[in-house]
Amino acid sequence: MKIGVLALQGDFAEHIAMLKRLKVETAEVRLPEHLNGLDGLIIPGGESTTIGKLAVAYNLMDPLKQFGQRHAIWGTCAGAIFLSKDVSRDQPLLGLMDIKVQRNAFGRQVDSFETDLDIPELKQATGTETPYHAVFIRAPIIESVGDNVKVLASVPDGRIVAAQQGHLLATSFHPELTNDTRFHEYFLTLVD
Amino acid sequence: MEVKTGTWTEKKGLAQMLKGGVIMDVVTPEHAKIAEDAGACAVMALERVPADIRAQGGVARMSDPELILKIMDAVSIPVMAKCRIGHFVEAQILEAIGVDYIDESEVLTPADEAHHILKHNFKVPFVCGCRNLGEALRRIGEGAAMIRTKGEAGTGDVVEAVRHARAVIGEIRRLTTMADEELMSYAKEIGAPYELVKETKELGRLPVVNFAAGGVATPADAALMMQLGMDGVFVGSGIFKSGDPAKRAAAIVKAVTHYNDPAILAEVSKNLGEPMVGRNVSQMPEAERIAGRGW
Repeated sequence: MKIGVLALQGDFAEHIAMLKRLKVETAEVRLPEHLNGLDGLIIPGGESTTIGKLAVAYNLMDPLKQFGQRHAIWGTCAGAIFLSKDVSRDQPLLGLMDIKVQRNAFGRQVDSFETDLDIPELKQATGTETPYHAVFIRAPIIESVGDNVKVLASVPDGRIVAAQQGHLLATSFHPELTNDTRFHEYFLTLVD
Repeated sequence: MEVKTGTWTEKKGLAQMLKGGVIMDVVTPEHAKIAEDAGACAVMALERVPADIRAQGGVARMSDPELILKIMDAVSIPVMAKCRIGHFVEAQILEAIGVDYIDESEVLTPADEAHHILKHNFKVPFVCGCRNLGEALRRIGEGAAMIRTKGEAGTGDVVEAVRHARAVIGEIRRLTTMADEELMSYAKEIGAPYELVKETKELGRLPVVNFAAGGVATPADAALMMQLGMDGVFVGSGIFKSGDPAKRAAAIVKAVTHYNDPAILAEVSKNLGEPMVGRNVSQMPEAERIAGRGW
């Protein structure tokens, strides 16, 4: 199994380090041809506007959309924004997931937070009981989801922070900034 | 449900989101929009770019909060702002208006010639400059969650940025080959906290994100700093003191992403118009150099 990490901008090295801990072969993706031979892709945290502009400039939009038809993709924070079909502003989006996202929904950096989340699917898939400690940084929320999208996690006020649509996964938070590999393990179960 | 804000993970984490990106100095909301449209991962809001601070002289202070707020309103990307070295009240003001990162910067006139701000006291994260590993680890010890090598701001001459990046990277390389019993003496020698020296040896890199700064003016300069091992690049005067800021800004963003691809670097370096005029640092009198500010 070989998993690519979109390496246009952001914390792609942190995702690669997590995948290496799970003994998975990895590749950095900056150009369309770098998608060849990959079984799945992670779109990291970073600035979604920067990642979108670079994806347009290097003709990655259509290849990424096609990749997502057949293969698993997981977007964390900026990556979740990039996977969505609507962010209520004009910026390049893949539109692969039927989710509407609000950027910086919790406020600015001083409002960024860490908290424990209860994610039943994650516990079940990894056979563990401990809650998932999530790190949110200038995080987006998933405002609404389509009928074919499953909500995986919400914060206590009900706002959605993780969702799955078949082999596509979106999280508002950053599993790559923790020592907990469970979310990466969960993503790997979605890879054919 | 326990919710924690302002943690070390949060502070360090935002800098991790900026990696592989370009942080651009802007002095107006219009500049900020140009920077965002060019693909900047963050902007540094200030009243004068370093080249103008040099040219105009006088005391350089924190910018007017109103200007910073207007820039925060203009863009969706993170906004940083500078306070003077040791001026913890300027930092309190910047935290109060909600900037995303504070740069305790030698580019402004220092307010304290012996002490830096105790940055652990703040919820907002700080970035600080360094010229070598000891200075970097002292700043991290005080709570800086991001480091930038200083270079020589406002010159358009990359030589000091290279000197400081090579110093940090080279010192870390030597540190990784030291025996554990040598670390205390080494910590004493470079004036750095022992625990951070130990952590740096274990990690083989600084414990926080490390950007290059101070003199980057072209896509090739930016890619040079990335190939030397920096995590990203600050560009100050180099963009808005050039002939075509929007085009140069976009080119530098592309160069940082594709820093290892000479064919792309050649392509983005074409027809950028006039670079900033620049000043040769080796011919500058010592009194005009600002990288020495910091203790």
